[in-house]
Amino acid sequence: MAAQTLSEQILSHAAGQVVKAGDVVTVQVDLAMMHDSLSPSIIKVLHQELGAEKVWDRDRVTVVIDHVAPAASVQTAEHQARLRRWVAEQGITHLFDVGRGISHQVLVEEGLAQPGMIIVGSDSHSTAYGCVGAFGTGMGTTDVALVVATGRTWMRVPETVLVRASGRFRPGVSAKDLALRAARILRAEGATYAAVEWHGVDFLSIGDRMTLATLSIEVGAKAGLVPPTGAAAHLMRIPAWLGVQPGASYMWEIDIDLDQLEPQISMPNFVDNVVDIRDVGQVAVNVVYLGTCTNGRYEDMIAAARILNGRKLAPGVRMIVVPASSEGLQQAASDGTLTTLLAAGATIGTPGCGACIGRHMGVLAPNEVCLFTGNRNFRGRMGSPDAQIYLASPEVAAATALTGYITHPQEVM
Amino acid sequence: MARVWLFGKDVNTDQIVPGRYAPYMLKNEDDLRKYPFVEARPEFASTVQPGDILIAGRNFGCGSSREYAPLALKMVAIGAVVAPLFARIFFRNALNLGIPCFTADLTDVLHDGQEVELLLDEGIIVTAEGQRIELPPPPGFMREVWASGGIVPFYRTYGRFPGEAPA
Ligand code: SF4
Repeated sequence: MAAQTLSEQILSHAAGQVVKAGDVVTVQVDLAMMHDSLSPSIIKVLHQELGAEKVWDRDRVTVVIDHVAPAASVQTAEHQARLRRWVAEQGITHLFDVGRGISHQVLVEEGLAQPGMIIVGSDSHSTAYGCVGAFGTGMGTTDVALVVATGRTWMRVPETVLVRASGRFRPGVSAKDLALRAARILRAEGATYAAVEWHGVDFLSIGDRMTLATLSIEVGAKAGLVPPTGAAAHLMRIPAWLGVQPGASYMWEIDIDLDQLEPQISMPNFVDNVVDIRDVGQVAVNVVYLGTCTNGRYEDMIAAARILNGRKLAPGVRMIVVPASSEGLQQAASDGTLTTLLAAGATIGTPGCGACIGRHMGVLAPNEVCLFTGNRNFRGRMGSPDAQIYLASPEVAAATALTGYITHPQEVM
Repeated sequence: MARVWLFGKDVNTDQIVPGRYAPYMLKNEDDLRKYPFVEARPEFASTVQPGDILIAGRNFGCGSSREYAPLALKMVAIGAVVAPLFARIFFRNALNLGIPCFTADLTDVLHDGQEVELLLDEGIIVTAEGQRIELPPPPGFMREVWASGGIVPFYRTYGRFPGEAPA
């Protein structure tokens, strides 16, 4: 048999026959994720349009309240109350309610996402599950409703773009810089209809792998997979049939030398509008926002706290930290990371999506400038369409919070 | 006649409908029809007519999985979207909702506000000046889904997914 990419292996296994890029397959899904923002419309399609009474498997349909958590209005509170009732009626096993955290982070922490699985989420950043070597993909309301009703979906087996990293990050440089560098080369559409595989990152934690996997959608990818190898994989349940096969065919291969990598900044208003930090110029910021499924984890808070340690935010700068999960928040609370952040002048929000989609908890005013550790800087994403969003790593976020303008971490380390 | 609405490349779902205007955030879900391109092109929702077509550059619909972006376009009865490359979730959502998407680059051929007629079955756009533009024929399964009026009616009729062998 010809060597296969990780996506070809996973989709072959799920389809029960050998498939290759370009084939259209119908597959059994292992896990479905729906969040509060789209659940009302998914439930409507499920019951009213598809006429399904029950979800296909109450253990495999997971519900997370993260997008507006806690509720920001009577309207969203009502939707969430109805969602909780529906979860109870359906007997759904896994509901992660307000404050538990962002869907992707939570499903990985809970061990629900495992290597080789096919995971469909009602969220474009469901590529996140690639951090454990799962084929995670985002779909819209109707597709997710079909998955929730039938346990199955159909898709084209994607070609694969290979991003091969070598070397090690220099101080102040991290996984986010690798991801943004890849977006700079591939551009926003470089992996459309394709999967991305990230090689040479065996040394990274699961969290850092999720940074790479979530950013994969920003180059158009259907899935973004990190092979489940290295120290971080030792607790994963890895199927014997899953692994990198020499000779698998890739539509595009790019190499990134981490030893040479500078902090990368994604300039407004497109994620792939990326430059080295030294080419940004003097950009004063109003808000530094550390959070999201891309960089709101415990290790991201630690990275920021190391730089902020014992110092204060620049006058006039607000720093908002919204942890990706309650587990991360607890860890940060128990080892003093949180105290360091608070002492510097940062404020902490409820674990969840926060202001990532501009609905609550730190929405931006016109002409405000935000340094954001998230994954999208589209116009209007975090509030006013006249605000400016720059994407960067947690290290750059912390350095910027200290000086008040976009700053190379090494200048303050 | 329908009119052309011309857009550039990388039109993202936050531009089509910002997250703040999701049905989840609205009192009345039907209000979604007021918000397509609410910030990117504020005059769009109030002046668009049923059957109007969107002509866009590469990577149309990139970003979020929000189906309410194509749903808002369906609510104002957009006739078709034509772009040289679609972001994949948008493309799937549009297919599922029965919105015709054609893969072609007409951004240099048609101009904003131009009067045209779309002959959907033949896959032809005819301009007011009489120019006939052939659109590339979509794969058979897409026509089947359009003919059913979307993926849900398709699934309910055939009991299978597109491309799947009949049981
Ligand atoms: S943190 Fe932002 S990108 Fe991640 S799931 Fe939430 S809204 Fe989406």
